[in-house]
Amino acid sequence: MQSRRLWNYLRRHRRAYLTGYAAGVVSITMSQLSPWVLRVAIDGIRHSVPLPRLAGYAGMLALFGLVEAAGSYLMRIQILGASQRIEADLRRDYFAHLQRMSMRFFQHMSTGDLMARGVNDIRAVQRFAGVGLMRSVTTSIMIVASVAFMLSISVPLTLWMLAILPFVTLVFLALGREIRRRFDQVQSQFSALSTRAQESISGIRVIKAFAREDGESARFHAESERVLEANLRLARFQGALWPVIGLILGTAGVVLLWQGGDAVIQGRITLGQMVQFSYYLTRLSFPMIALGWVTNLWQQGHASIRRLEEIFTTPPEIRDPQDPVILDRMRGEIEFRRVSVTLDGRPVLRDISLVIPAGRTVAIVGPTGAGKSTLVQLIPRLADPTEGQVLVDGHDVRRVQLASLRRAIAIVPQETFLFSDTLHENIAFGTPNGTGSPGGTPEAGPAAGGTAINGSGDGPPLERAVAEAAEVSQIAADVQGFPLRYQTIVGERGVTLSGGQKQRTAIARAVIRDPRILILDDALSSVDTHTEAEILRRLGGIVASRTSVLISHRISTLRGADWIVVLDAGRIVDQGTHEELLARGGLYASLYEKQLLRDVLEAEEPAAEPRG
Amino acid sequence: MTEPFEEEILGRAYDARLMRRLLGYVRPYRRVVAAAIFLLLGASLADLAGPSLYRVAIDRYIAPQALSGAHRAGSPQDLMRGLAGIAALYLGILAVGFVARWAQAYLMQYVGERVMVDLRQQMFDHLQRLSVGFFSRTPVGRLVTRLTNDVDALNDLITDGVVALFSDIFTLIGIMAVMLWMDWRLALAAFSVIPFVYAVTERFRRRSREAYRAIRTRLARINAYLNEQIMGMTVTQLFNREARSLRDFDTRNISHLEANLDAMRNFSQFYPAIQFLGTCGVAVLLWYGGGQVMRNTATLGILVAAIQYAERFFDPLRDLSEKFNILQAAMAASERIFRVLDEPIAVVDPPDPVPLTKVRGRIEFRDVWFAYEEDAPWALRGVSFVIEPRERVAIVGHTGAGKTSIINLMARFHDPQRGQVLVDGVDVRHVRQQTIRRHIGVVQQDVFLFAGTIEDNIRLGNPEITDAEIRLAAQRVGADRFITALPDGYRTRLRERGAGLSVGQKQLIAFARALAFNPEILLVLDEATSSVDAETEALIQQAMTSALRGRTAIVIAHRLSTVRQADRIIVLHKGRIAEEGTHAQLLERGGIYAVLYRLQYQDQEARQPRAG
Repeated sequence: MQSRRLWNYLRRHRRAYLTGYAAGVVSITMSQLSPWVLRVAIDGIRHSVPLPRLAGYAGMLALFGLVEAAGSYLMRIQILGASQRIEADLRRDYFAHLQRMSMRFFQHMSTGDLMARGVNDIRAVQRFAGVGLMRSVTTSIMIVASVAFMLSISVPLTLWMLAILPFVTLVFLALGREIRRRFDQVQSQFSALSTRAQESISGIRVIKAFAREDGESARFHAESERVLEANLRLARFQGALWPVIGLILGTAGVVLLWQGGDAVIQGRITLGQMVQFSYYLTRLSFPMIALGWVTNLWQQGHASIRRLEEIFTTPPEIRDPQDPVILDRMRGEIEFRRVSVTLDGRPVLRDISLVIPAGRTVAIVGPTGAGKSTLVQLIPRLADPTEGQVLVDGHDVRRVQLASLRRAIAIVPQETFLFSDTLHENIAFGTPNGTGSPGGTPEAGPAAGGTAINGSGDGPPLERAVAEAAEVSQIAADVQGFPLRYQTIVGERGVTLSGGQKQRTAIARAVIRDPRILILDDALSSVDTHTEAEILRRLGGIVASRTSVLISHRISTLRGADWIVVLDAGRIVDQGTHEELLARGGLYASLYEKQLLRDVLEAEEPAAEPRG
Repeated sequence: MTEPFEEEILGRAYDARLMRRLLGYVRPYRRVVAAAIFLLLGASLADLAGPSLYRVAIDRYIAPQALSGAHRAGSPQDLMRGLAGIAALYLGILAVGFVARWAQAYLMQYVGERVMVDLRQQMFDHLQRLSVGFFSRTPVGRLVTRLTNDVDALNDLITDGVVALFSDIFTLIGIMAVMLWMDWRLALAAFSVIPFVYAVTERFRRRSREAYRAIRTRLARINAYLNEQIMGMTVTQLFNREARSLRDFDTRNISHLEANLDAMRNFSQFYPAIQFLGTCGVAVLLWYGGGQVMRNTATLGILVAAIQYAERFFDPLRDLSEKFNILQAAMAASERIFRVLDEPIAVVDPPDPVPLTKVRGRIEFRDVWFAYEEDAPWALRGVSFVIEPRERVAIVGHTGAGKTSIINLMARFHDPQRGQVLVDGVDVRHVRQQTIRRHIGVVQQDVFLFAGTIEDNIRLGNPEITDAEIRLAAQRVGADRFITALPDGYRTRLRERGAGLSVGQKQLIAFARALAFNPEILLVLDEATSSVDAETEALIQQAMTSALRGRTAIVIAHRLSTVRQADRIIVLHKGRIAEEGTHAQLLERGGIYAVLYRLQYQDQEARQPRAG
C-alpha cells in the first residue's frame, strides 16, 4: 500500500473488505456458471429435450442470477460502505489535525488549498478505497476465470480473443495518456480564462475609467476562443475513446462469429458452446475497460493521499509540553524576558523585556507595523518567540498546559471573527465550557473562579450571563433592535453586523469568559469614541481586578492605563505613565497630538439633514 | 476564494422556463445539432445490427435447420464462405458505426463549446455594463465562478446529457422494434420483465434524487463549516473550543456519511437488481423461445439474437436514470447564470446621448446630494462648485469627508440622488458613459495593474495609442528610467498585481497610463497609502506636476506639494464644503484646513524638498 496511514484505515475495516471479497467471489462464480447453463440449454434445444427439462434450465439460470445479484449486492454494501466510513474517519481526523495547527500555519496555507484537500482529495481516496479496491480484485478474478472457461471450450478461439482484447486496455491507457495531456492543456487554458475574468472584474474601475470595455470584451472573447480550441482538440481524442473501444469489442464479436461459426460448422464445438463463449467474451470485456479505469483510480488515490499526508505529517508548532504545568488559579503576572520574534527572516520584535504585574493595566502604543499585535499574541501562545521567554505567573508559557493557559486569557483581536451562528452562541462561545451539551471541556471549571458569569450549562444562568456581557460591551441595545434578539444569526446567512457591532460582540465574548488576563488588540477601532468611553467605563470593574493589555490609538484608552509602552519598529522606545511620556515629548507626544487633532475633526457634528 | 464550496442552489431537475431559455442558445447551431442527431441515429442502428447478423449467420450457415422443410444448407465450404461474408459485412457496419459515433461526439462538443463561448461573452459584456456599486457588493470570486464553472456545467448538459438521452431512447426503441419484427411472441415474452424493470428504475430514480439532494446539501454544510472553522481556527483555539468544534464537525460529517451510505445502498440494490431482471428475461426467453424453436415456430438464430438484444436492453435504462444528476446540476448552474444576466444595470446610458466630441474642461457640481446605498448616510450633502478649464483644484478633508465620492460622481461610477454634475455645461447623465470617460482620466489610489507587460498596462489594449506615445508618456512622468532598467524594458511582464514593483513605481505607471490617454480632465486620488522613499517621492511629485499641466484637474491631495501647487483648495467636511481658498489663505483662516494641515501635511514640511 502507498501509505501506512491509509493502510491503518483499511485495516480497521478489514472484516468488511473480507466479507465483501468473499461475496464477490460467490457472485463471480455464479456469473461464470450461468453461460454454461445457457450452453446446455441451447444444445438441448437443438436436440429437442423435453420441455420440463428446458424449464429446469431456465429456473437454474434465474437461480444463479439471483445468487449472483445477492453476492454483488453484499460486496458493494460491504466494500463501498467501508470506503465511505473511511472517508468520514479521514475527514474527521483531518479536521482534528487542523485544530492543532498554529496560527502561522493558517497564515501560510490558503484556505482554498486546505479546503481542496479536505474535500476533493479525501473524496479521491474514498474512490480508491471503494470502487478502486473492489474492482481491482473482482476484475482480476473475472479475467482469470473467464479465460479459463474460454480455454476449456476452444484454445484457438481463446487465443484469438487474447490477441484482440488487450487492445482495449492499451487503447484506454494510450488514449488516456493523450487525453490527459490535452485535458491539462484545457485546464491551463481554462485557468487563463479564469485569470482573465478575475482581472477584468477586479480591475473594473480602471476599465470603466478608461472606457476600455470593448477592448476588454475582445480580449475575453479571444481567451474564450482559445479554451474552445483546446476543448475541441481534446474532443477529437476523447470523443474517439468509447467508439474505439466499442470497435475493438465489436471486432472480437465478429471474429467469434466467423471463427466460432466455422468451428461449429466443422463440428469442433457446439452452437451452445459458441453462445457460452460469447458470454465469457462479454464477461472479459468489462474488466478490460475497468483495468484502465482502475489504474486511474490508483493514480489519483495515490496523489491525493500524498497531498493529505503533507498536512498530516506537519507537526503542530505549538502544543502541550511533556509534563505541563497546570495553571489552576492564575494571578496574571506577565513577563517578557529578552523576547525577539523573527517572521520569515524579518525581525518583528527585538529584545523586548517587560514586566506586567498581576492586576495592572498596560497600554501599548506605536505606529502600524511596530509589532504590537505580535507581542500580545505571544501571551496566549498563538505564536512562540524566536528568542527569549514569555512568562505567566513565573512559568514559561511553553511549559504550561495550553488549555489552562488559554482558559484564563481573553484576547479580542483587531479583526473580529464571528461564527455564522446566533448572537447568543457567539457570545456564549467565551464561557469556559461553552453551551449546549454538558461537560464540554473536561478540565473546565475552577479557573474562572466563583463569579456568577461562570456559565456551566444551559438555561437562564447562561442567558443572564450573555445579557450581562452584552450590556458591558454596549451591544445589548443593538440586540434589542433585532427582531430575534440574541437568536439572530450573524454572518452571510443572517444579519450583517457593522464593524463596531462585531467588535462589541467580540468584547462580550471576552467579557463572559471572566479572564485573568484581558487583551484588547485595537479592539475598539470601529467603535465611536463615545461608545468606547462607555465600554471602558463598564469594563472598569472588570479591568480593575485583572491584568489588562490594551493596544489602542485612542487617548481616552491610554489615559486610563497604569503604564504605557511605546513600541516602534519592534523595539520598546519609551515607557512610563501618560504624564511622564508627554513631558518627555517623544514619539508618544506626537502620536498624542495627532490624535487630539483627529478628535477635533471628528467631534464637529454637522446639522442633521433629512433624507430625500 | 473558496468558490467551489459556495452556496448550493438545488432546484428542480427540469424547469421548462430555464430549458426554453437555454435552448435559445443552441438555436444558432441547430443545423449542426441536426447533423449530430442524424449521425447518432446511424450509430444506434449500427449497434443494433450485431445480434441480427448473428441470427442470419446461425440460421443460414452455422446451424441451418430444416425450417418448414426448406433445406438450404450447402457444403461446409459454402457455409464457411457465406459466414465469412456475414462477418465482413458486420465489420463494415462496425466501422461505419464507429465513424458516426466519433463524428457525432465531436459535433456535439463543438456545439457545446460554441454555446459556452456565446454565453460567457454575453455574461461578460453584461458584467462590464453593470455599475461599480454592483462590484462592491458582489465578491469577485463568485462572478468568476459564474463565468467559468457554472457555464461548464451547462456544457455537460449539452454534450453529454442531451445526446446520451437521445442515444438511449433510440437504442431502446430500436431494440424493441427489431425484437417485435423478428418474432413478436418471443419479444412479448422477453418484455414480460419490463414492468419490473420500470418499477425498480422508478424507485431507484426517486431515491437517488433524494439521496443526491441530501448529499449535496450535507456536503455543502460540511464545506461551509470547514471553511469557517479554518478561517476562525485561532478563535476556536483561544477559547479552548476545539473539542466542541470537533463534535459539531463530526455531526455534519456523520450526517453526510449517512446520506452517502443511503445513496450507496440504493445503487448497490439497483445494479444487481437490474442485472438479475435481465437474467430473468433471458430465462423466460430460454424457456418460452426454446419451446418455440423445438416446435419449429422460431429458429435458433432468432432465439440467440433475442437473448443478445434482451441483454443490451438494460444498459440504456441504467444510463437514463443516471442522467438525472447532470440535468439537476445544469439547471442549478443555469439558474445562477441567468440571475447574473438579469441583474439590472444601475448606471445607464441615455437614449439620445449628447455627442460631446470636444471638451474644454469646465466642471460644475450643482447642489449634489449623494449616498452610496438607498438607506446609507449621505456622503455628499448639497455640494456645489465650479472648476474652470485648466484650473487645478485640490480637495482635502478628513476620512469620510466625501472626497472619493466626488471622483466617483465625476467618472459616473455612480449617479447622485439629487443635483447635477456638469461637464462643459452638459449633465453627465446625458452623455454616454464611454464618451465622458474618454475625456476624463483617473489615477486611482491603489493602482490596479493587470497581468501583462508594462506596455499593456499603459495602453490598456487601446490600439490608438502608439508605442511612441507610451514612451513619451512614461518619460514625462519620469517612469522611463526605471522601466528601461528592467530586463525587458516596456515588454517586461508584470507578476500578479505588479508584485515586485514598488508602490512608487506602480504610481508612476498609473500616471503614465493617464497621460497616454491624454484626457482634458484629470482626476487624481492621492491619499496616504504606504510610505515611499525620498527619491521616489520626488519622482511622484514631478510626475504629478507634469500630469496636471494644461488640464482641468481635481486632486484628492495627500501631498503637501500638490496642495501648494493647486490654484484652489476645497475643504470638504462631513459631506459639505467647509472652506475654499489657497493654501496661504486657508492657513491664515485657522479653520478645518489649519487642523488638517497640522495633522497631515506639517510633517512633510520637514522632510520634503520644495517641488517646482
